[in-house]
Amino acid sequence: MSAASTAEAPAYVANTKVGRFTDFVDERVGGSGILREFGRKVFPDHWSFMFGEVALYSFVILLLSGTFLTFFFDPSMAETHYAGSYTPLKNVEMSVAYSSSLDISFDVRGGLFMRQVHHWAALLFVASVAVHMLRVFFTGAFRKPREMNWVVGGVLLILAMAAGFTGYSLPDDLLSGNGLRIIDGVIKSIPVIGTYISFFLFGGEFPGTVIISRLFTLHILLVPALILLMIVVHLFMVVVHKHTQYPGPGRNDRNVVGYPLGPVYAAKAGGFFFIVFGVIALMAGFFTINPIWNYGPYDPSPVSAGTQPDWYIGFVDGALRLMPGVVSDFHFEYIIFGHVLTLNVLLPALVPAGIIFTVLFTYPWIERWITKDNREHHVLDRPRNAPTRTAIGVAGFTWYSVMWAAAGSDLIATHFHVALNDVTYWLRALFFIGPVIAFVVTKRVALALQRKDREIALHGRETGRIVRLRHGEFIEVHAPLDEYKRYRLVGFESPAPLPAQPNEHGVVTRKENRRAKLSRWFFEDRVAPATPAELEAGHGHHEAVEAGEGQRTLSH
Amino acid sequence: MKALSQKRRHPLAAIALLLMGLLLTGGLYAVATTVNEAKASTAEFTASDTQEGEKLFEANCATCHGMGASGTQDGPSLVGVGAAAVDFQVGTGRMPMQMNGPQAYKKPAQFNDTQTHQLAAYVASLGAGPAIPAEELLDEKGNAAEGGELFRVNCAMCHNAAAAGGALTRGKFAPALADVTGKHIYEAMATGPQNMPVFNDSNISPEGKRDIITFLKQIEANGSPGGADLGALGPVSEGLFVWIAGLGVIIAFTIWLTSRTS
Amino acid sequence: MGNHSDGSPNHSGTVATAGQHEVEKFQDPGLPPHRLRLADTDPKAAKRAERQVAALFATSVVGTVIFLVAYFAIDLGDDSSIATIRLQNALLGVGTAFAMLGIGTGIVHWAKALMPDHEVSEERHAIRTEDDRQAAVRIVDDIVEETGIKRRPLIRNTLLGAVALAPLPALAVFGDLGPRPDDKLAHTMWAPTDGKLKRLTRDPDGTPIKASDVTIGSAFHVIPEGLNELHEGKLNEKAKAVVLLMRLDPASLNPSAGRENWGYNGIVAYSKICTHVGCPVALYEQQTHHLLCPCHQSTFDLTQECKVIFGPASRPLPQLPIAVDDEGYLVATSDFNEPVGPSYWERDEHERSINS
Repeated sequence: MSAASTAEAPAYVANTKVGRFTDFVDERVGGSGILREFGRKVFPDHWSFMFGEVALYSFVILLLSGTFLTFFFDPSMAETHYAGSYTPLKNVEMSVAYSSSLDISFDVRGGLFMRQVHHWAALLFVASVAVHMLRVFFTGAFRKPREMNWVVGGVLLILAMAAGFTGYSLPDDLLSGNGLRIIDGVIKSIPVIGTYISFFLFGGEFPGTVIISRLFTLHILLVPALILLMIVVHLFMVVVHKHTQYPGPGRNDRNVVGYPLGPVYAAKAGGFFFIVFGVIALMAGFFTINPIWNYGPYDPSPVSAGTQPDWYIGFVDGALRLMPGVVSDFHFEYIIFGHVLTLNVLLPALVPAGIIFTVLFTYPWIERWITKDNREHHVLDRPRNAPTRTAIGVAGFTWYSVMWAAAGSDLIATHFHVALNDVTYWLRALFFIGPVIAFVVTKRVALALQRKDREIALHGRETGRIVRLRHGEFIEVHAPLDEYKRYRLVGFESPAPLPAQPNEHGVVTRKENRRAKLSRWFFEDRVAPATPAELEAGHGHHEAVEAGEGQRTLSH
Repeated sequence: MKALSQKRRHPLAAIALLLMGLLLTGGLYAVATTVNEAKASTAEFTASDTQEGEKLFEANCATCHGMGASGTQDGPSLVGVGAAAVDFQVGTGRMPMQMNGPQAYKKPAQFNDTQTHQLAAYVASLGAGPAIPAEELLDEKGNAAEGGELFRVNCAMCHNAAAAGGALTRGKFAPALADVTGKHIYEAMATGPQNMPVFNDSNISPEGKRDIITFLKQIEANGSPGGADLGALGPVSEGLFVWIAGLGVIIAFTIWLTSRTS
Repeated sequence: MGNHSDGSPNHSGTVATAGQHEVEKFQDPGLPPHRLRLADTDPKAAKRAERQVAALFATSVVGTVIFLVAYFAIDLGDDSSIATIRLQNALLGVGTAFAMLGIGTGIVHWAKALMPDHEVSEERHAIRTEDDRQAAVRIVDDIVEETGIKRRPLIRNTLLGAVALAPLPALAVFGDLGPRPDDKLAHTMWAPTDGKLKRLTRDPDGTPIKASDVTIGSAFHVIPEGLNELHEGKLNEKAKAVVLLMRLDPASLNPSAGRENWGYNGIVAYSKICTHVGCPVALYEQQTHHLLCPCHQSTFDLTQECKVIFGPASRPLPQLPIAVDDEGYLVATSDFNEPVGPSYWERDEHERSINS
């Protein structure tokens, strides 16, 4: 469509209108190289690959609706008396920030809609980032060469949470004000510097008169700029790596199979932006979010039952609720050298979040160390084909969910007619045993699904047709699979444990022994893919392959 | 006046009075059950109300609250709780309790308005206590904004800022206040049923209580300007909604988007 | 395995496949044959799809019109009712949703039904070739060598020191973000001013409370006298000074030594600020005498001087010593005897200085 130009005259003249336009731009900014690189770039198609796009589009919608909101929002904490049209708050003393948020809701045409679009998009943004990361984890897409992009994704998750939290507090209503008060309490529990950080953040004592405008600056300037930067880095790496693909016939680590960017993929991805926008608009039109008019202005004295943060901070709030302050006679707050150490706040606020993000950021390297797998992976694992990783992921998610549920312990109590205290006791127990149960169950389910795959690959799929044989036996007829469907079930790797190996000096180090132990734990329960020989061996042979010497045999 | 007092001693006076009483009760009952139940409750108690109330009490309540409402191990003494307490507890169906538990539940009232009135009359006769509120305090024409401020300071921590209810310790809870009549809200504040603290007239003045009722009724009538309120439960229901409905619809779209057309 | 060469020879192939010895595997049959769509073979189906796409785009136009009508025809006057706002909000939502979903589903349907749906296979290339990588490493080595940084530790160490210290001014300029805490957290407005004891007043209107007003079972939300008249820092003071006043049967209170005179006739006052992270602990159960924090469910027992009986708090709520003045009003006889609210590093120090 376009060609390089020379100094004198273009040697190439496009013969369509679009072509001439493309050429015009190209001669001036030189986009032909980019177009040649991207115009026909291939993207694999799968519904689970779309969550990153949901996040990106939610972010665009956040920028659009957020810009509208800044035109009417005033982040001042000066005192005023409400004079807008919402009568249940008429003449109530409040901050300018809260008053302008009410004005956006009741006196600016379309303001309420924009507020609800913004808030629903924010919840969806963080949720889609989270689901996207779960997809990447469970399919092993974080493996070489994508480890760094996984880390960038983790940073984006943290930034998304930061953007959400700073925005949640801006209206200066009772709910978010109590949220800030909790944050203040957590900050004060930090040893040595906590009190100072609190005074610096709030410009003096809580709540002060500056926190809203400071959060506003962070919310509309610093955090979105960092998110944008990270998105650019993230997408750049996606282009460099090309997209991963699910295993299947014709797909391997050396190719990428899918639709070309232009026109099919671009149309789908572009159209999807409008779909995400439409879904958010529907939610904003019909479902109230953050009804600040219910909560009233922030005042340190009142509080509402059911005071919770938005969902993405919920797990920290839940951890704070689960931690007992006193166990029999042991107080988790104690005095050490004349100073107060508030472990009942410090531990739940920092430790679970610390563990989750540390494991999240380091997991690609942990797994690479255990498996010694240094190859590039562009074909994904089906979650069942990596049972231990899948089990680790589900255990982690269960742990997170227990804390998440704890943030709604009071609502669980009222809606299921159980005692609040019992909910807490149960969740405290699940905090410890939930991940263990989840790990064992998930691993067994994954192995069972693998065995089911073998069964289908070797004996065909069940047709549901029952036939009575001549001698009276009833059997269900199995239909053999075609080779493409079969390859989907057998085309995967099933690594065996890797024993400890001596290093270049011929010594097996203690670290290497530990790694070998972990490798055994990771891979000892395994189901190998069916082989042509087994298929040949005919029907009636059900046993899973006995994998390697000295390992557990799996049979059904 | 003299003529009247002479006629009172007339032998037929008793019959006339009885007829009038019956008519009044029946009429009030008819009015109360159809149009305006607050009217019946603000009427004065008569001696016959008290007597009937005592019979009802002995038959239905004395097992737990004791003869003369002096209290037993199963139920507190009701001397001095006032007519408002009875009207609230019996009128909302909380009393008689179905069984002992952390808290009495609201359920369809077991006694009709007349019987409730008679029970209230009897309990009120045992000792002075909060009376059933006057009609003008329940007209919902107070200052909603001031009521809102009082509500947030005194009530929202248990009942939720949007009056959607909340949890208390060990299975107890503060109920949602939608669909509760202004009279019962007033009586609850005045008497402090179960674990709710008492908000006597020196704590929240009768006008303040009127403002609170005005506020509650106004936000209930208004509904949420933003659409369905998802139970007015705050971020938890919003988070659940975005994960289940929001992401659910989006996943449905992604599956359609990436599936092959036939 | 295309990229084995990327790893060191030690590593390649160390991931065992089934049984270590090479088990025969199924061969990749390649991409399945392309399946034609209805629209590819049947011109009628193609025409139908075309009309569907156009109809979806038309829906979008309808949505845009709905939005504009809802925006301009519904006026939010000064006394617009909630129902009007709800209607406008819903119509704006419907309009936007139609406008966006119409375009989105239209484009996607177009792409799915009418654009070529041949799956294409594209070769992956190694991110960098072996030559490139070697050259890059060599260049980096050369650069490092030419700077001589390894040979001149003096330069290296002073540079590291300088760079490490350079951000300090950047941190220091944030020193004016807030004042030093000093002992601000240790005191509240309840301290008597010029020997005059502060009265307990109702929140929010600030009227004083008589002891006789507080009947058994009552709970009063209390602020100190004069709080509403403050012009600056009103919320800061309120955030520390709010108190819950309750009356229960004096027999059920068990004051410890030294605290016998802190209540009056069964009336006691406790700080409303949770000792956990500072939410207002305002849920008073008048029969069980428990106080519950709605944020994290810390539960305090009033009959045991607000000892923690459940939840994440670790310290009892501070009690405000109260008495009755000549006119029968409740007054605070002193400030709290300890800092209120959540714990902080210097708290114990402050508590000792208050009590000395």
